[in-house]
Amino acid sequence: MLKDITLGQYFPGDTIIHKLDPRTKLILVIVFIVALFLAVDWISYAFMFVVTALCVKVSTIKLKSILKGLKPLIFIIVFTGILNLFYTQGGTVLFDWWIFTISTAGIKRAFLMIVRIMLLITGTFLLTYTTSPIALTDGLEMLLNPLKKIKVPVHEMSMIMSMALRFIPTLIEETDKIMSAQKARGADFSTGKITERAKALLPLLVPLFVSSFRRADELAVAMESRCYHGGEGRTRMNALHMARRDYLAFLAGAIVLGGMIAMNIYGI
Amino acid sequence: MAIIRTENLHFTYQGEENETLHGVNLEIEEGSFVAILGHNGSGKSTLAKLFNGILLPNEGRVLVNGIDTTHEDKLLDVRRTVGLVFQNPDNQIVANVVEDDVAFAPENLGVEPDEIRRRVDSALKTVGMYEYRQHAPHLLSGGQKQRVAIAGVLAMQPRCIVLDEPTAMLDPVGRREVISTVTRLCREEGITVVLITHHMSECIGADRLVVMSEGRIVADGTPREVFAQVELLRSEGLSVPVTTELIYELNQDGWVLPLDALTVDECADAVAAALK
Amino acid sequence: MDAVIRVENLTHTYSVGTPFEKTAIHNINVNFYPGELVAVIGHTGSGKSTFMQHMNGLLAPTSGHVYCDGEDIFATKEATRDVRFKVGLVFQYPEYQLFEETVYKDIAFGPKNMKLSADEIDERVREAAGFVGLSEELFERSPLELSGGQKRRIAIAGVIAMRPKVLILDEPTAGLDPGGCEGIIKNILDYRERTGSTVLLVTHSMDDAARIADRLVVFHEGSIAMDGTPDAVFSHPTELTAMGLDVPQAAAIAQALRERGVSLPQSIYTLEQLKAALVPLRKGEN
Repeated sequence: MLKDITLGQYFPGDTIIHKLDPRTKLILVIVFIVALFLAVDWISYAFMFVVTALCVKVSTIKLKSILKGLKPLIFIIVFTGILNLFYTQGGTVLFDWWIFTISTAGIKRAFLMIVRIMLLITGTFLLTYTTSPIALTDGLEMLLNPLKKIKVPVHEMSMIMSMALRFIPTLIEETDKIMSAQKARGADFSTGKITERAKALLPLLVPLFVSSFRRADELAVAMESRCYHGGEGRTRMNALHMARRDYLAFLAGAIVLGGMIAMNIYGI
Repeated sequence: MAIIRTENLHFTYQGEENETLHGVNLEIEEGSFVAILGHNGSGKSTLAKLFNGILLPNEGRVLVNGIDTTHEDKLLDVRRTVGLVFQNPDNQIVANVVEDDVAFAPENLGVEPDEIRRRVDSALKTVGMYEYRQHAPHLLSGGQKQRVAIAGVLAMQPRCIVLDEPTAMLDPVGRREVISTVTRLCREEGITVVLITHHMSECIGADRLVVMSEGRIVADGTPREVFAQVELLRSEGLSVPVTTELIYELNQDGWVLPLDALTVDECADAVAAALK
Repeated sequence: MDAVIRVENLTHTYSVGTPFEKTAIHNINVNFYPGELVAVIGHTGSGKSTFMQHMNGLLAPTSGHVYCDGEDIFATKEATRDVRFKVGLVFQYPEYQLFEETVYKDIAFGPKNMKLSADEIDERVREAAGFVGLSEELFERSPLELSGGQKRRIAIAGVIAMRPKVLILDEPTAGLDPGGCEGIIKNILDYRERTGSTVLLVTHSMDDAARIADRLVVFHEGSIAMDGTPDAVFSHPTELTAMGLDVPQAAAIAQALRERGVSLPQSIYTLEQLKAALVPLRKGEN
């Protein structure tokens, strides 16, 4: 059943990583990505691996969940590996046939690239695993706030995001209901040619659209009734505020980034 | 002073020929519990949206606490004075977490964070949903969602709450939860309650019952007075409580029973007395 | 008489093998007979909706069997598909499932899926519209521009048009005003009268159940707690109240009168019965 799909990637928890301000986490993920791309050789990669492993350990997210998240991306990871394997020249040639040449340099580079992608994915997953979608949206809104000056509708965009998150379960439930109702009238969603199947979706999509518009209409009236008038003059019950741990996290981020720049310069 | 007052209120929906409301004059006393009854299409839901300036009259006016709802600068004052709760609980909950939803209105009003927290906690306690403050709304029952919606309106600290068929989509358990909650709001917190419904049984506890039909008020009085007009209610496509109906039927048969016995006990007392 | 639907040891567990595992119905045995009007009662979460969706094969049992006309409806894929047409299921708020451009096409959706001839479909659409009191003038209108009550009639007609042997309606009057409820109930009674079909009516309204059903089946916590005539079921008011269910208003008044020393027979649960029992009492005293 559609209802069984778990929504979002958020694993609630009580660790320091969970408690960090979402803005801190968003910025640190960017720092992390930059640092990762500064890595050149064994030592710097090993350093980043240790940093990532430490964060995962502190967050108490299970290794299994991270591996599960990597699974759908396995193709990209393998593809990058193969590409690097064959396109990197240098070192001793181990294998040579037609246009395919594998060298020791190729193996090393393929391995490091795979590590880089896996660390990159793990780092960003850590953000979504430890931050609720709403906190993420709030954090993004506040980080992007300066863009309001150049007329970017930051508040509206974040409102749309959080509304969408709010209505996903409702719409899934609704889809389930309409599907059952049409099946009860003999509709068949699972067999037939592609064109037939696409046509069979019409009885599902039309009512879903109609009801979504109705919902949107009612929701707008309900929001207005509760004094919604855009982002102006709005306050927040749980206003985001930076705590001591956030500053400590920034400090740690700066040290990692500094270290990586130094290693990059020395090429290790 | 009346908290809501309508004067010769006319309303027509845009693009429609027929007028929905034809001259409604109504005063809602502060602190009272008023039920508005009518069949579908009688104009009762339109009236609710005119009470807080979501819709504006074509003719006549609506005064909320003395403020004309067409007064654009005072619109937020009107809406925080008269809170609206709607039929479908799913379509009025805006947030992913119960307490965030209740905080929505005070956030819009620019209330200070500490004060919002205080109001949210108190509103959730009033409707008995405080233990659920961290829950996701889509996992609650219909009655619970509707109580969250009521808390969301309470957090504006309104003087009047208008509920537009709040129980139409609920099962009997949810219905009882909602009705007992709004009754308590009126009796204990002194908030004016306007309950729009087509369930007779929900009107019995009201101070006053207004019956609407085809955009007009056709009866107005205490529930006892109104339900006694059995023929009128039937001709309006409304039913009467079984208690009233029994007494009416027996009177048709030559009994002489008071038509204003509403509860099961009152009805049984009256019938038993006639048999003694 | 042979049962049209026979349910044997039916159990359904949701999300087997996950932390959300939940048994919705447990070991249900029940038969439904031709021409019966059965009210299925139970509060939200009692398992009645899960049960209903097994009757036409939308949900497959975790264990147990459902037989329609003696055939196991889960024996083959074809059987599961065919039973949709034999057992018509009208969901709650069915007006939200309409999708065709015209009323006619929407009612014809079921019969068309049955691969019937155009003439046969036409006959069935007209017949079904007649049962729910839809005038043929509406046939070419878009269902979306009609009133809520009319939409619901269209949706019910869409199921009736399949000429099911068993018609199941999940709270067909939910959200309607008293006039609308009365109209739908009348349509259903009329349909049963004229076709002799079995009708299962899921309802929260004890007064409706008392008034129209031949038999009541009460669900509680995933099992059938009571099954019998209205007489039999409503003579257990204490048990019903304990399950969070109401008793019909007329039964409540009758009980209050008995407590006040008025001698009334046990089997009173409709207004007509109560009136009929009271009238002679007064005449007798005069």
